[in-house]
Amino acid sequence: MASRLTQQNRAGWLMAGPAFLLIAAFLIVPFLMAIGFSFTNQRLVSPNPTEWVGTANYERLFGFAILTLDAERDGDGAVRLKDGAPVYPSLRSYTRNREGFPKYFRKRELFSFASGDDRRTFVLATDVVFLKAVRNTLFFVMIVAPLQAAAALGLALLINRKIRGINFFRTIYFMPVVISMVVVSMLWRFIYDGQNGLLNTLLGLLTFGWFEPVDWLGQTSTALPSIMAMSIWQGVGFHMIIWLSGLQTIPASLYEAAKIEGSSRWQTFRYVTWPGLRNTAILVMIIITMQAFTLYPQIAVMTGGGPLDSTQSIVFQMVERGYGRQDISGGSTISVFLFLFVLSISLLQRWLTREK
Amino acid sequence: MTLERKVRLSGLYLFLGFIACIFVLPIVFMVMSSLKPDLQLLSDSSSMRAFLPVGDIGVDNYRDAFSRAPVGLFIFNSVFITATTLLLSLFLASIAAFSFVFIEWRGKAVVLAIIIATYILPFETVAVPLLLLVNNLPWLSTEGVTWGWLNSYQVQIVPWIIRALEIFLFVQYFRDLPRDLVESARVEGASWFQIYRRVVMPLSGPVIATVAILKFLEMYNNQFIWPIMVVQEEGLRPIMVGLLYFFQLNTAWGEIMAYLTIITVPVLAFYLMLQRAFIASIASTGVKG
Amino acid sequence: MKLRNFATALAAGTLAAVAADAQNNVTMWYHGAGNHVEGELINQIVDDFNAMQGDWNVTLESFPQESYNDSVEAAALAGNLPCIIDVDGPVMPRWAWAGYLQPLPIDAAKIADFLPGTKGIWNDTLYSIGLWDAAVALYARQSTLEELGLRTPTLDNPWSREEFQAALDAAKDSDNYEYALDLGMAWKGEWFPYAFGPFIQSFGGDMIDRSNYTTAEGALNGDAALAFGEWWQNLFAGGYAPGNSQDGADRDTGFIEGRYAFAWNGNWAAVATMDGGVDDVMFLPAPDLGNGPTIGAASWQFGVTSTCEHPDGAVAWIEHAIQDEYLAAFSDGIGLIPSTPSAAAMTANYAPGGALEVFFGLSNAQALVRPVTPGYPVVAKIFEKALADIADGADVANTLDAAVDEIDADIEANNGYGN
Repeated sequence: MASRLTQQNRAGWLMAGPAFLLIAAFLIVPFLMAIGFSFTNQRLVSPNPTEWVGTANYERLFGFAILTLDAERDGDGAVRLKDGAPVYPSLRSYTRNREGFPKYFRKRELFSFASGDDRRTFVLATDVVFLKAVRNTLFFVMIVAPLQAAAALGLALLINRKIRGINFFRTIYFMPVVISMVVVSMLWRFIYDGQNGLLNTLLGLLTFGWFEPVDWLGQTSTALPSIMAMSIWQGVGFHMIIWLSGLQTIPASLYEAAKIEGSSRWQTFRYVTWPGLRNTAILVMIIITMQAFTLYPQIAVMTGGGPLDSTQSIVFQMVERGYGRQDISGGSTISVFLFLFVLSISLLQRWLTREK
Repeated sequence: MTLERKVRLSGLYLFLGFIACIFVLPIVFMVMSSLKPDLQLLSDSSSMRAFLPVGDIGVDNYRDAFSRAPVGLFIFNSVFITATTLLLSLFLASIAAFSFVFIEWRGKAVVLAIIIATYILPFETVAVPLLLLVNNLPWLSTEGVTWGWLNSYQVQIVPWIIRALEIFLFVQYFRDLPRDLVESARVEGASWFQIYRRVVMPLSGPVIATVAILKFLEMYNNQFIWPIMVVQEEGLRPIMVGLLYFFQLNTAWGEIMAYLTIITVPVLAFYLMLQRAFIASIASTGVKG
Repeated sequence: MKLRNFATALAAGTLAAVAADAQNNVTMWYHGAGNHVEGELINQIVDDFNAMQGDWNVTLESFPQESYNDSVEAAALAGNLPCIIDVDGPVMPRWAWAGYLQPLPIDAAKIADFLPGTKGIWNDTLYSIGLWDAAVALYARQSTLEELGLRTPTLDNPWSREEFQAALDAAKDSDNYEYALDLGMAWKGEWFPYAFGPFIQSFGGDMIDRSNYTTAEGALNGDAALAFGEWWQNLFAGGYAPGNSQDGADRDTGFIEGRYAFAWNGNWAAVATMDGGVDDVMFLPAPDLGNGPTIGAASWQFGVTSTCEHPDGAVAWIEHAIQDEYLAAFSDGIGLIPSTPSAAAMTANYAPGGALEVFFGLSNAQALVRPVTPGYPVVAKIFEKALADIADGADVANTLDAAVDEIDADIEANNGYGN
């Protein structure tokens, strides 16, 4: 028994060892180095020796302060108004005064809210752009993951039938998946062009000229949604195939039983199809969520984070810091954050979808 | 076939065709543009002409693309790097997954958990530390032991061989295989490696196809930042770096479209080759009882 | 040839690239991959040099410009730089500061005639020298000026801010154009600080305080900078110029097709514009926005790395390359401004009476190099983002303040970059 166990230990390690070694050497060790960098001032290009800076990088990323201001009053004590709204002292006098207000130094307004009569509370943050990137990425994940999963399921249901030529359609629907995201992003820039892009032309034709051209990537309100739509277009074929495979494993006998009992289409989906897809759904959601969190090439090719930071993403900021601004420690700090963040979300996902 | 059924069927085809247009039109745009001179390409891109082979059509862009950059060489490099990585990956990931599923050994739960957790790490996270690392690794060549992997094929291959997703997909698939097959082979005295090779792998066609297509896409389409950092010799550059050759001060859009079309051919061919097995494969990996 | 390499490597049981014989070998990297003409020119210089002497053998590796800096920095990190590199003028101080480059021992007399922008001088030391410079001008059609009734500005008497504004207004009000002014917002990256930095300088501000290069406070968010910011924002808010989402294709063809009245563009686009059928194109000098007219200067230059084993050979090659005949050849080949008047006289376009002669004058009269500090590449990124944000409607003062904070934080994190 003991010898058999040792032999199993040896065989097990021998077979799993090479793969684990590669992952350890080329992912885990460099990531541990990145964690180390996040506590230093490591630069990409610098003759200065690297120094430990403790948690300074993390403080810069998450540094915030709260400042409550009273509205300005004129000589006789009345609140000064501009366009009907009270005027507040310029934040500049607080954020640019290292000696007087070190707490607010080099911070920017993240948002503000009224906190009483003629009083306003400002939430200031050191790294507004990063926080916006986190917000956008979350938004992207929350919209794209369910939409893409649902669209993929719809397509899978549509092509899950035995009719002539269905394989042709399956192949066509899958085609965008095999094209690099960089290439796809370049193509879609032509499509989204604000003046004479294909999308505007098409919408103009379909509405007989009623449609007013939209600068899809140039407006804060449409830039991220446009990128979302393109991302779904590119990725949906892959998840369609996963759903399709799930559908094909549901025993035909269940459908026949449902037919005999005279259940409607919706009932069949609700009580036969959907329960049979539970595991597939988990797989699809995990893969889509992971992919969505690493949103990067679309941003780099199409918008560079603009307009007005409306398409900043976590990975884009990571690359922009690390390489663009050559601040390896800053980039590493973001990547440590991303790892912990996604890890906790996937643990949460696992907990929510656990077998009860 | 009743009339009603005929009508419904044509309606279905119409709908399928409409959706197919959404997926295929941007690709048609790419291919058609590759046949047009720049100025026409740009003016066509604002009308339906973008999808049609009209006007001044020719293969000049292809000829120019090949003379601007060693396109064949780049494709060769990418295919070579991709194929090598792919083969190593299929072997090492499947044998590791075999070990995780069928063999009991100390520490395997922890090792598997660590591997799965690395799924979250985007490559950009580790690029700079990895550069410092590979620069200090030894390699055996005709000149004896050399230090540093920069400017080579192996630096583009070895770090990419294994990713968590591949092991994960194999593990998922193996868990659904009947265990008694393995156990009876064990009783008959087969070694673990024999079982892996003779019993398990022959049953794994579908998952092999899945991992192959995923790995192919990852390696062929996405190798960009890393080769820029570690490869200096033109002869070793992959296709995505080659794309940069076309971004000059006056961008050659037609040539870019031609280049994009050319580099898409190998990956489409590979997909079509594996398609049947691929669709069947996810059928098995996607479901777990 | 590469296939042969590969076969040898395979046969030897390794995929390692075969290293070249190091004896007297001088390696060199260049940014021009993908550009035929440039490739031929640089190869010609290398071949001539190798043929005319027996001490050194220069071997060349070309990179795509887009990723050239990344490749060099990664190679430096790995201690793997070649002997000669080319370096974009404003990046030179960073690479010199980081120890990539060594001072270039070229006799000052030999380059006395060179345009100021072509000499890479940092801390009073020459590190690099360029075969050409580039210049930016305001492209306009003569017919446009006549039609709108505008005075033709000259180097001695450029448009004032008011005149420039009046010209834009006239173009906009004529309704003959999609936009009055094409700034080239489609070109991201270095184009922004290179082409638009001069505007803030012309207002009296700057990207960084050049007196000691330790802060941007006051320069980038002082009154002059704020005035610039408001002016800049109004170009877009007022509908004069296409904004950040401008398509690269529109940039390439808009002025040629007559959709833009004026275009702020470099001399490298001049030939394409004339070939495109704009035969009455004029290259107008930058307007004086209050503090004198300015355009950017400094393009690619050659330098010698500090790890170079044969600096003598490297310097010999550079001295060979900066001969007038090569400067002229480059200019004729890719349209750039030759570094010396004697070379300019040998070219088709920049010779006295040539179609682009005006650019030589611009370079000589209006050029101002970008901030000469190792921190420049980071300053450039931050400046670019600030300008993009303001163009998109961000609050001017807040945006410039934030840019100042980021620049200052970077300077502090780098211990002042030695200043």
